[in-house]
Amino acid sequence: MENTTAFESMGARRLLIVGGITLVVAGMIFGDVFAVFVLHQNANRIGAALMAATDAVASKDSALVLAQFTNIGGMLENRGTKVDAHVHMIDFGYLALLLALIQPYVALTELTRRRLAKLFLLGAVMLPVSVFLIHYVGLSYSPLSSIGWASISADLGGLLVIVACAGELIGLWRHARNSREAESQNVTPKEITWASRTLLAGGTLLILAGFLHGAFYAVFDLRNYETQDQIALETMINASVAQQNSAARNMRDTNTVVEGYGMIQAEKAVNIAAHSHIIEFGLLAILLAFIQQYVFLAERWKRRWAVVMLTGSVLLPAFVLLELQFGLIAGGVADAGGLLVIIALIGMLVGVLRNKGQVDATEGAAA
Amino acid sequence: MSGSRKVLIVSGVALALWGMGFGLYYALFVEHQTLDQIGGSLAASFSDAASGDVIASRAALQTYADTQFDYVRSVDVHSHWIGLAMLLIVFGVAFDRVRFLERQKLLLAWSLVIGSVTFPLGVIFQTLDRGIIPQALAAVGAALVIIALAIIALGFARTERN
Repeated sequence: MENTTAFESMGARRLLIVGGITLVVAGMIFGDVFAVFVLHQNANRIGAALMAATDAVASKDSALVLAQFTNIGGMLENRGTKVDAHVHMIDFGYLALLLALIQPYVALTELTRRRLAKLFLLGAVMLPVSVFLIHYVGLSYSPLSSIGWASISADLGGLLVIVACAGELIGLWRHARNSREAESQNVTPKEITWASRTLLAGGTLLILAGFLHGAFYAVFDLRNYETQDQIALETMINASVAQQNSAARNMRDTNTVVEGYGMIQAEKAVNIAAHSHIIEFGLLAILLAFIQQYVFLAERWKRRWAVVMLTGSVLLPAFVLLELQFGLIAGGVADAGGLLVIIALIGMLVGVLRNKGQVDATEGAAA
Repeated sequence: MSGSRKVLIVSGVALALWGMGFGLYYALFVEHQTLDQIGGSLAASFSDAASGDVIASRAALQTYADTQFDYVRSVDVHSHWIGLAMLLIVFGVAFDRVRFLERQKLLLAWSLVIGSVTFPLGVIFQTLDRGIIPQALAAVGAALVIIALAIIALGFARTERN
């Protein structure tokens, strides 16, 4: 079998590391742009449409109600597909980094592993881009009644990723059967640097914090929010119905309930965003701890990027949680946190791109 | 490769595949219909109220709440299975740095794997039965993951000190 630790310019591992970091960076930039320019504006438009729907209920105008909900459905689809594109792009980036790490344990030829890496990256790009397009392509020219071409393309992208992962699993299985053959090859670096150590410990603590927050949210908040959600909608409808036969219509109560409903949605959103971001940044930090051996930068720069990465990883979720209390200031700090993570990732990506196999050359020379 | 690392890596890749397969199945056969039902029932509850049919409005709102309940959990399960799978693989790669005996590490690895499978399983079972058993299953799974995670963090810290 060929040398599985090779890091040549188009090798499977290098492809996956470069592709993975690029996917994470692209997904984060997309997420930041979405949060700043789309998310809040879209939420306000949904709130306004919901108020218009309650007005229509008070006016006994069923057609207008349905028109408003069609409008809301379109805005929710717009929001949902963009969140999905953001999440999938980043998660595929993580998966690519993971697959890069387990390459020494994938007992396949370098050519097969390179093909699997390309297949994975193709699917990993195809799925989020297609999901992003769902809102714009709609059902145009689709042979199906409820699924458009963009959805079909997204599902195909997902299938490519699954096929690539299945190939990697077969490689792992073959390695497990002949484990003695590659026993000496180890993915973990022989020397653990400060940057690697800090990312590993920091990442584990971030994940632990995220799990504890998630458990607290699931036990104490989730069901409450769901109940409040239903009560708010019922109250909204009842308040609108109460105005149907009123000579001088007063929608103030209904509007207050709509605003309250918006707050419930916002509270749910910030909790979920904080939970998912802190865990994902923790995972990313641990993954980056192992990538450090391929980052061809001076040690002090590796340390700087590690610190910048962890600082951003704490700032973003913490200030997302504080957004409801401190508004735009907290939102700005959270966005700045995201920017720090992006900068650190680009710094590390530059280091990986500068690496043309020096690690292996060094190891080979040492051997 | 040690037994604990093998357990984590193979289980992680298998769980990722399972999570993605579940996501693909859900996206193809369930999600579009569910989203239509969520939007449709919410619109119907307002529309029925506009027509003065309060009973139908309440029934539609209940359908909306029930469908939303199932949808949130199904999506959560998909993302948690894949997220936990990635965690398993990452720890599989890093497990050499956890300074415990191999026997203890194997126990830790299995706890993490069992927790990662049962926690989302308990959540998805809640869409079939909202009783105590699925909730207990999810809680036990989550507790296993959290405890294993805390011990692994301790193991990493011991490594750093040593």
